[in-house]
Amino acid sequence: MYTQGLDQAEPLGDEELSRLGERFEATVAAEEKVEPTDWMPDAYRTLLTRQIAQHAHSEIVGMLPEGNWLSRAPSLRRKGILLAKVQDEAGHGLYLYSAAETLGVTRDELVDQLLAGTAKYSSIFNYPTLTWADVGAIGWLVDGAAIMNQVPLCRCSYGPYARAMVRICREESFHQRQGFEVMTVLAQGTPAQKAMAQDALDRWWWPSLMMFGPPDAQSVHNDRSLRWKVKRFTNDELRQKFVDMTVPQAHFLGLTIPDDALWYDGEHWVFGEPDWTEFTRVLSGDGPCNRERLAARRTAHDDGAWVREAAVAHAEKRRRADVVA
Amino acid sequence: MWEVFVRSRAGLAHQHVGSLHAVDAEMALANARDVYTRRGEGASLWVVPATEIVASDPDDKESFFGLDEEFRHPSHYVVPDGVVGI
Ligand SMILES: [Fe+2]
Ligand SMILES: [Fe+2]
Repeated sequence: MYTQGLDQAEPLGDEELSRLGERFEATVAAEEKVEPTDWMPDAYRTLLTRQIAQHAHSEIVGMLPEGNWLSRAPSLRRKGILLAKVQDEAGHGLYLYSAAETLGVTRDELVDQLLAGTAKYSSIFNYPTLTWADVGAIGWLVDGAAIMNQVPLCRCSYGPYARAMVRICREESFHQRQGFEVMTVLAQGTPAQKAMAQDALDRWWWPSLMMFGPPDAQSVHNDRSLRWKVKRFTNDELRQKFVDMTVPQAHFLGLTIPDDALWYDGEHWVFGEPDWTEFTRVLSGDGPCNRERLAARRTAHDDGAWVREAAVAHAEKRRRADVVA
Repeated sequence: MWEVFVRSRAGLAHQHVGSLHAVDAEMALANARDVYTRRGEGASLWVVPATEIVASDPDDKESFFGLDEEFRHPSHYVVPDGVVGI
């Protein structure tokens, strides 16, 4: 029963507001969770609604690049794995939409925003999956980066989001491992297969680094997000952790990270600057596949309309039959 | 909107795991299976219409639950040194 308490009938007085505000800050500072029925500042609600919605949209759109290879997986085992992974991503989207709804927004509004192109989702899913190796690179790098982002979110101050993240993180590790397995098989295969793996790494490396968002110096939401314990690490901190984790994995595969500026300073892997103008362009709708992705979502939504209508009509008919009986 | 509860093993209580949309109970159960138990997490599922749940008011938290009765807890009592089995 999450919608209760969202519709405050009478506006609160200043004194009451400051009392509630203090209690909220104290709750967050004490590492306690904020729950849907608790009072929260409007800015906190807005920040979380936007973040959770973007996260949900990313899971849903994220099914498309990999879905492209479902019918062409190289073996039945690989097909089963990929189907299970894509199904997980649909589940992640649903957990997150439900979490966003606890903040007072409706599912329909969220879906409409995605389909209208007014909502953002992760820039990574606007790149094409050209070869089978891309499925490996996505599991290894994209899900790897997602895990880096998501593990700290399990401690997010907003209860429903934190709990959804716990479920999601439990499932992500399989995603990353199956991707790394695909890469391992290719990297140890024929020269053509190894070249295919290298080509996938070349194309997915920089977009993966961009998944952590703009550099801290340009990030608009970092401060408040950290203070309210929505985020635990800054974008740059997470990006560095990801690079430190991934470079040795690439070496294990015998692949080369496409970054001439990369070197080890004894503690961290120092890396070059991602192309932030590309990031801004892709995020604002002008990436290689933005139009294709949204068109695919719209088609799926429109093609599914009769199913939604039939389900509602069927339930209604049964309800009426029950009343008569 | 439906709230979903999963019993992970016989002998344990059903636990709230999340919520979902469905037009009726049958669809809610089927969706709950697909969304919340893809890896054998459940031996039993409950789905409950969210509107049927009556919740306590969070603003009454203190007056509703805030009984100051430490004596209800065993840790309130000092067991004298040397006494065992209490
Ligand atoms: Fe996911
Ligand atoms: Fe994933």
